[in-house]
Amino acid sequence: MLLQTGFIYFATVIVVCALMVITRKNPVHSVLFMLPLFFHVAGIFIMLNAEFVAAVQVLVYAGAIMVLFLFVVMLLNIQKERVRPRVGLKWTFTAPLGLTLFGFLVAILVRSQYNGTQGSFTIEAVKQIGNSQAIGQVLYTDFLFPFEVASVILLVAMVGAIVLAKKRLD
Amino acid sequence: MLETPGAVLPLNYWPVMVYGLIAIAFGIVTITIGYFFRPSKPSQSKLSPYECGCPPVGDARERFSVKFYIIAMLFVLFDLETVFMFPWAIDFKALGAFGFYEMLVFIFILMVGYVYAWKKGALDWD
Repeated sequence: MLLQTGFIYFATVIVVCALMVITRKNPVHSVLFMLPLFFHVAGIFIMLNAEFVAAVQVLVYAGAIMVLFLFVVMLLNIQKERVRPRVGLKWTFTAPLGLTLFGFLVAILVRSQYNGTQGSFTIEAVKQIGNSQAIGQVLYTDFLFPFEVASVILLVAMVGAIVLAKKRLD
Repeated sequence: MLETPGAVLPLNYWPVMVYGLIAIAFGIVTITIGYFFRPSKPSQSKLSPYECGCPPVGDARERFSVKFYIIAMLFVLFDLETVFMFPWAIDFKALGAFGFYEMLVFIFILMVGYVYAWKKGALDWD
């Protein structure tokens, strides 16, 4: 009962905030509505017993990504962006695209099978060894390659950002 | 009974939620109380952004330099690098020498980006 109530609360706030983000005319308001959204996503992670992911959600998304979004918004000419309507922008092109993506997600949801089989890391096991410890034990052994690929992705993002932004400066 | 991951609620996190609620309530309550008790006599100069300074020129919503964006982007990326180090640091003894060297590889790859940013002058302000 507590679980359902909590989930409904978090999910409602997330959906409402997401709608506010895409419908606000002022881009700064859009970005500010992302802040409660990120915190409530962290709340859902907490309810799933994913403490480490929840902490990272707050640290990285609410802390760092938010700042990045605000900076990007401030690079824009807000006075000009304000008068442009958010919904209705190239509607005939974006609506089919969005609906197709939505259809894909529904198809995945319907076709997935939930047979309830559990891996070796159940809630009890994770609680026994600790949340961050469990992540570390798997990430740096079984998922070694994705972990190293992550550093390459970060490197690409770094070089990309510098190339894009420096070209304008010079 | 099929046990979903959320079926065991982490109830030791409820103080965090209470703390958040108190923080929000404190903001609302103090502003509301102030609204009822403070005198309200607005004037042209009182409503200007810098009441006791120079008269403001132009708009505060100006476009920012792209330099801020580079710094913010580099911050996010190195922030993520640190996030990967937290579980590694906790499991450091269990992972042993192998874990140490794989993290060295990880840091080395990101160090390439750091050196690149330094050489390109992305860290210089001018």
